[in-house]
Amino acid sequence: MIDFVVHDEGDSVGVVVVEGVMAGDKLSGWIMDQDIEIEFTAASDIPIGHKLAIKPMKTGDTVIKYGVDIGKVVADIGKGEHAHVQNIKTKRW
Amino acid sequence: MDLSNTSFLGYRRENGRVGVRNHVILLPVDDLANAACEAVANNIKGTMALPHPYGRLQFGEDLELHFRTLIGTGANPNVAAVVVIGIESGWTERVVNGIAATGKPVTGFGIEQHGDHETIMKASRVAKEYVQMASELRREEAPLSELWVSTKCGESDTTSGCGSNPTVGNAFDKMYPHGATLLFGETSEITGGEHLVAERCRSDEVRERFMFMFNRYQDMINRHKTSDLSESQPTKGNIEGGLTTIEEKALGNIQKIGKKCMVDGVLDKAEAPTSPGLWFMDSSSAAAEMVTLCAAAGYVVHFFPTGQGNIIGNPIVPVVKICANPRTMRTMSEHVDVDVSGLLRKEMTPDQAGDALLDSMLKTANGRLTSAEALGHREFVLTRLYESA
Repeated sequence: MIDFVVHDEGDSVGVVVVEGVMAGDKLSGWIMDQDIEIEFTAASDIPIGHKLAIKPMKTGDTVIKYGVDIGKVVADIGKGEHAHVQNIKTKRW
Repeated sequence: MDLSNTSFLGYRRENGRVGVRNHVILLPVDDLANAACEAVANNIKGTMALPHPYGRLQFGEDLELHFRTLIGTGANPNVAAVVVIGIESGWTERVVNGIAATGKPVTGFGIEQHGDHETIMKASRVAKEYVQMASELRREEAPLSELWVSTKCGESDTTSGCGSNPTVGNAFDKMYPHGATLLFGETSEITGGEHLVAERCRSDEVRERFMFMFNRYQDMINRHKTSDLSESQPTKGNIEGGLTTIEEKALGNIQKIGKKCMVDGVLDKAEAPTSPGLWFMDSSSAAAEMVTLCAAAGYVVHFFPTGQGNIIGNPIVPVVKICANPRTMRTMSEHVDVDVSGLLRKEMTPDQAGDALLDSMLKTANGRLTSAEALGHREFVLTRLYESA
């Protein structure tokens, strides 16, 4: 059973692919590019499709997904927390 | 899937292009002609009206795009014959002449000095002849290289980037070596991944043209924006689905061009490609606008990956939907043609997903109706560049 996927092992976030993930749940993850399986504990309730921080991030940090810059951190994000519009913003526009 | 000797059954048109549908359409030049077109479509069974809200007092590049889109729609090989109706005969003739250049049966009617009644009567007589003629046409075998396939994703979410979009990429990578004519676009939705598309351009000339189109769109956004565009791009639905920034959305989006295809050329909106290969078309990222532009550029099948469940169709082009989101598959599967949610459970490989899409594409090309066609989705939306004169 895969609960979240990560595109590349250098990424700072993964994507939850099951419904109903709650804080404290033990999750199985799959790093797709390197085909590695990892275990992780959710620190927030995270809806399906939403991101889970797999590395802690500080305000001002760059968020990496697909091995590429997807925006900047605007509020600190702890490991296993929900990473979304409340703590990440675009660097464009 | 080995595509070397793959063929499909299509309708070969007067100009040599091959279509996969056999529509007879009533094409309004302007908003005022919608009622007459719809009346004729109601009179003559098996025809279809394509109502839209524009065509009056447009000028300059915006007017050129209007004509290019209407002419391209009528000229599309999925269309057997066209009746064009406009409020006056001048611009009507311009659309008729553009479509007639393909050799396709087309007749135009101006409403002024005749009124709706006489126009509807005369146009109905022609539409009846056309639909009976079209009903006699038969499909014939054509090689895969003659199938023009476009792609655009919509109501994307994070599953699009790891599931449905790479599925399109896998299918494109398999079709590309066989001389297929492919297309992607959505200029604003490349933002954050433009360097990756630029790297894939065939030559410096193509790269310069791509960056010109990309920067032109950025300039337009910067000129009009009042915020960081959050909720417009990414959309509210994208954000609900877990996408946070335009960069994240763009990196998911460009999975659709696969890993091997090169970008062979760049087109302006609704322009037709001039050779096989993968083309980038400068285009809106709004689903119906983009698919309408693809149809006007001559594409006959469209791949539409979705995450949250965009339900779009097109009047003349079958839109094949691909989805990897298990919640969307649970709640609205009637809109989806290819379920690739198994990819996220490791129950399906990217190769199997690409093959499932190619299989669906061939069935669709041979005549099987897509979900959007069966559900009656016929979104026809013209792109406007600016205000009317």
